[in-house]
Amino acid sequence: MANSTIKVALIGNPNTGKTSVFNQLTGLHQQVGNYPGITVEKKIGSCKLSESLKASILDLPGTYSLNASSIDENVVIELLMNKNDENFPDVVVVVTEVENLKRNLLLFTQIKDLEIPTILVINMCDRMALKGIELDVPQLEKELKTKIALVSSRKNIGIQKIKNLIADYQSLSKEPCLNASIIDEEYFNKLRRAFPNQLLYKLWLVITQDVNFLNLDRKEIQNSFTKSHADLKRLQQKETIKRYQFINDTLKMGQKIDGTKTNTVRAKLDRVLTHKVFGYLLFFIILFGIFQSIFDWSSIPMDFIDSTFANLASYAKTNLPAGEFTNLISEGIIPGIGGILIFIPQIAFLFLFISVLEESGYMSRVVFLMDKIMRRYGLSGKSVVPLISGTACAIPAIMSARNIENWKERLITILVTPFITCSARLPVYAILISLIIPEKRVLGFISLQGLTLMLLYLLGFGAALFSAFILNKLLKLKTKSYFVVEMPNYKIPLFKNVGINVLEKTKAFVFGAGKIILALSVILWFLGSHGPDNDFGKASQIVQNQLDAKNQKYSPKFLEDQISSYKLENSYIGIIGKSIEPVIKPLGYDWKIGIAVVSSFAAREVFVGTLATIYSVGSHSDEEATIKNRMEAEVHADGSKIFNLATGVSLLLFYAFAMQCVSTLAIVKKETNSWKWPLIQLFFMSGIAYLTALAAYQFLK
Amino acid sequence: MKTTLSHLKIGQSGIISDVNIEEIPLKLIEMGCLPGNYVELIQIAPFGDPLYFNINDSHVAIRLETAKEIEVTL
Repeated sequence: MANSTIKVALIGNPNTGKTSVFNQLTGLHQQVGNYPGITVEKKIGSCKLSESLKASILDLPGTYSLNASSIDENVVIELLMNKNDENFPDVVVVVTEVENLKRNLLLFTQIKDLEIPTILVINMCDRMALKGIELDVPQLEKELKTKIALVSSRKNIGIQKIKNLIADYQSLSKEPCLNASIIDEEYFNKLRRAFPNQLLYKLWLVITQDVNFLNLDRKEIQNSFTKSHADLKRLQQKETIKRYQFINDTLKMGQKIDGTKTNTVRAKLDRVLTHKVFGYLLFFIILFGIFQSIFDWSSIPMDFIDSTFANLASYAKTNLPAGEFTNLISEGIIPGIGGILIFIPQIAFLFLFISVLEESGYMSRVVFLMDKIMRRYGLSGKSVVPLISGTACAIPAIMSARNIENWKERLITILVTPFITCSARLPVYAILISLIIPEKRVLGFISLQGLTLMLLYLLGFGAALFSAFILNKLLKLKTKSYFVVEMPNYKIPLFKNVGINVLEKTKAFVFGAGKIILALSVILWFLGSHGPDNDFGKASQIVQNQLDAKNQKYSPKFLEDQISSYKLENSYIGIIGKSIEPVIKPLGYDWKIGIAVVSSFAAREVFVGTLATIYSVGSHSDEEATIKNRMEAEVHADGSKIFNLATGVSLLLFYAFAMQCVSTLAIVKKETNSWKWPLIQLFFMSGIAYLTALAAYQFLK
Repeated sequence: MKTTLSHLKIGQSGIISDVNIEEIPLKLIEMGCLPGNYVELIQIAPFGDPLYFNINDSHVAIRLETAKEIEVTL
């Protein structure tokens, strides 16, 4: 058995520290992908058990039971029901938490009924003494017919024990914990007779769940064993009661709890954090702090990245042999890569804050605080998580709307989330704000630029709420409203978990969006440096003739600048920009900005990169190295600045509202399963964007 | 005395005596919202909704409309 691999599936309720256990087992040996056809994140990591033995560990989405109520939970049950799946586990590791053992064991007993070898991990065992909990592990192992590892993923205790148990999985009992069929013996006996070769509990899951099973003919089973929805639910309740009876009996023998040690920290924190005044106050202070620090902290690394790539481009230009290839590198590829990397600081900080809020357990309190208010707008308290995540990126945000149980609330959340200021808008905002808002501080510490940014965030949030309100009135959908939010214990976020999360999200964003940005940069460079032969090819001749005709004196440098600007105007991109100029002129944009707006339809952040490419094509002087300086130097024919207040505000508003992101449209299509919603989104948002930008420019100019 | 979860005061506790199975999500039942189990109201959100309970040692927030469907003996 040299170099063999054991397939392990990690399963557990949310908030049990399952991801911490996964991170401890696998370290940074993780791969994140998607399940085919759906956007549920699939995390696989590898773990060395001994010299010749490896484990491939699959971190399944958190679920409370095998009765799935979301796409994420479906993944778990579909995998466990399909023995032919390539990821079907040799052994399942169920992660539970010592303080919630009773509830966590419900899922454990269900998995045991599938007769798969199962290991029980009891996490957070370092808190046992504090909480006055005592466990009789041998007794529990006997009753639950399993092996137990007492673990503290936080203190790195017991991880080796899990590895040992995984390596020795073949000695685990496959016997179920209890006999679920006693809830309706007659019904289950019939089922057993009809399908003698199938596991009874598996059949029962097929009947009650709305998932696909490849190897069982679902229709056949359902037709002959149909029960009404209410009857099935009643049986499921009966099943749950049976399971809890078994768990209570087991815990009576194997667990002692000293009731005097109640959780006072939690109670005290809850009293403050969910207080009707302090709760909101704290929430807004936290949000304000996050946005101020994102703008302040990331400006240093961003300036550094910006100037580094400007230097790199001019270095490449002067040191490589002149020619088409050098131009491609210095004017297309290097600015393109710079345009991607410049996001990293802001995205990393945003994901850092969001994962700290989620890890600490605070996010659930926000959900609790905000539910009633959000419901007025047709949203749910749970919409707060997508709306806040939307400040990083609409794509994961829209996916996180999945745990909203009510379809109408979920749909509205999906539709309005793209209004939230995402990190792709930040570079656009950042550069425009720095061009039109002076670098001053009011009251000594609030930066005026930061304040403007905060206003733009509020504007996005307001637009989201307003459209949610309208949608709530317009949409005629009747769905039952279910809202169940677990309020987990407060925890100090683990650096490792937060770090890995930030790293993963940033990587996914940079590589996902990066491909589009880089490709567009190269295409734009090509379109900007090539054109129809008539005008473009004879540019130097035409310009020289024009100047000669005027009989002016000019320096060689002046001639060169005139030629390159003539070239840009007559390049392919110039032609595109000029042809849309009538539409965008009322908004205060010239044809160069027009090109940037059009090309940033794929992704907003392309705007800055496009302008960088366009202006670097147009300008040759070295002192105008950074994008900001180049933009500042741009003037109209009459010498007035192009990026003045009116144009700047108009652009800010346009980017605040417009649906300029192909990836978001794609994800909305996926999540709503129709083209109808993304198209409505596109026209609605772009319409608002055009009208507000128009109004702002006409008013301010 | 019997009442529904929606009528509890903060800090008040009781034993669940009946749940309206048709109106209660299965998830809540699986978290331990079953007849015979202990329940305590921990906090009421501003504006009176949702409610934050300790149900059978699970800490969950549910909306008023759901709490109305769960009967409790004080």
